[in-house]
Amino acid sequence: MHNVLIQYATVLILTAFVGTEIIAKVPSILHTPLMSGSNAIHGVILVGSMLILGGATTNLQEVLGFLAVILATLNVVGGFVVTDRMLEMFKPRAPRVKETPTDEVAP
Amino acid sequence: MSRETLIDLLYLFSATTFIVALKGLGSPKHARRGNMIAAFGMLVAIVATFFKYVDGHALHHVWLILLAMFIGVIIAVPTARFVKMTAMPQLVAIFNGVGGGAAALVSITEFIHIKSSHPATYVILEVLLGVLIGTVSFAGSAIAFAKLQELMTGRPITSPGQQLINGLVGVIAVSLIVTILVTASTSLLWILFALSFVLGVIFVLPIGGADVPVLISLLNAFTGLAVAASGFTLGSNLLIVAGTLVGASGILLTRLMSKAMGRSLSNVLFSAFGSVVTASGATTRDDGRSVRSGTPEDIAILLGFSSRVVIIPGYGLAVAQGQHVLRELAELLESKGIEVFYAIHPVAGRMPGHMNVLLAEANVPYEQLLEMDEANSELATADVALVVGANDTVNPAAVDDPSSPIYGMPIIHADLAENVVFLKRSMRPGFAGIENDLLYNPKTTLVFGDAKDTLTKMVAAVKAN
Repeated sequence: MHNVLIQYATVLILTAFVGTEIIAKVPSILHTPLMSGSNAIHGVILVGSMLILGGATTNLQEVLGFLAVILATLNVVGGFVVTDRMLEMFKPRAPRVKETPTDEVAP
Repeated sequence: MSRETLIDLLYLFSATTFIVALKGLGSPKHARRGNMIAAFGMLVAIVATFFKYVDGHALHHVWLILLAMFIGVIIAVPTARFVKMTAMPQLVAIFNGVGGGAAALVSITEFIHIKSSHPATYVILEVLLGVLIGTVSFAGSAIAFAKLQELMTGRPITSPGQQLINGLVGVIAVSLIVTILVTASTSLLWILFALSFVLGVIFVLPIGGADVPVLISLLNAFTGLAVAASGFTLGSNLLIVAGTLVGASGILLTRLMSKAMGRSLSNVLFSAFGSVVTASGATTRDDGRSVRSGTPEDIAILLGFSSRVVIIPGYGLAVAQGQHVLRELAELLESKGIEVFYAIHPVAGRMPGHMNVLLAEANVPYEQLLEMDEANSELATADVALVVGANDTVNPAAVDDPSSPIYGMPIIHADLAENVVFLKRSMRPGFAGIENDLLYNPKTTLVFGDAKDTLTKMVAAVKAN
């Protein structure tokens, strides 16, 4: 039997459970950054794209690999930058002078 | 320690940073740092890959790789940095799509590469899944981008016999997959590639704008799964871990979003919702009932006499770009000792959490943003529910009219507040084309006009009082 296949399947299944556990705890106010951040993470396909281009032996493989590296770089760089830009905006309430105490009191 | 072991250890480190990053998203406080950690982990993985051996030799074409990366960076950075925040949904869609495209290309190229060594059937299956899912995600994201960017209509695009065509394309795709599994034919793989592209396009065309939050989450999951499939083909645990994490997150979000619409996933994807005004819509309600409209100044006075105001934003706020003025109004009211909250419906806007990002951009502190359930318990004691650019998400028909297409969707109960104020452009019903009874409720006041203009006038009036 294919031992590697079982090893990969093990990784897949365990990660699926770990991922679901963690992601279920993300509050809904962060759902957009979650999507954008996980977008950036699947940009790891860049590693695969590099290996493809780095192992290319024909022109066709070179062209396809080259395109893949461009697309994957777009994905990974764009993903992280956009997520950072989003998360930068999420700020807690700044202590302001004009805020009145009634703000915290239930009516 | 051998070179390969070291690289694998670095990959393990990267995979760990990805999990840490997702864990960081558990609270807005640690989220940004988490994202930085993942970016660092990614960088480590990329640098390590340069030292990897493929088929027993160092990477070929290193300069070509660097050139391609350079092209990617000079396109991605300015786009991601300077595109307006309003364009966020389409930006997320397109960055998701290119990842799917890359995964498909990786799978195809690897297939061509290993074909001569007669790969096992399961390897071919992994390749085919990578190509199919990755390409569907690429094409689907491109159409979603075009819809969000308003390059094409946001309404569902349908044609007679659409279901039949979709089914036919699906059947052809499956039979192609089976044939390729047996024959390992490269030319058939190209046909599958093209067909997956068509499938992605015709899958997304009939999905309307308001359903895009579900679609975008699903496409996110697709790209993750395509990456995981490529990971199987390339024998990379890193790709499998990262792809599966994203797949899990996308699937979870998809389920949350369809739940927040009170509809099943298949209903969202295949019903072309919003393409027709249903029988229970405008026609039966046009019975001469009158609405009460007011001026921004009237509302300013009403707000001034309140002690608790709940603001309910919708996609209209994003379109009108009124978030900054809205925050100004809220701060003004707070300075007068009035409590202000924002009630956020999970599917308001065009992507999961859209309203939260929009308001965060306007510097609204996140403590003021309430989730639907929390908001509903606050609304019972609110003096004013101020609905800005939302409609379907506050429509009581979702609760009390079983014939309504949105029946079953959880809503924000604006109707519980003492007074309801709608800032609306016109009497036109919302996206789903469903009349909203709340507009005719005696405690409702409507202010017609562009939300940003109206809010600006309200700010001036509140200041004057």
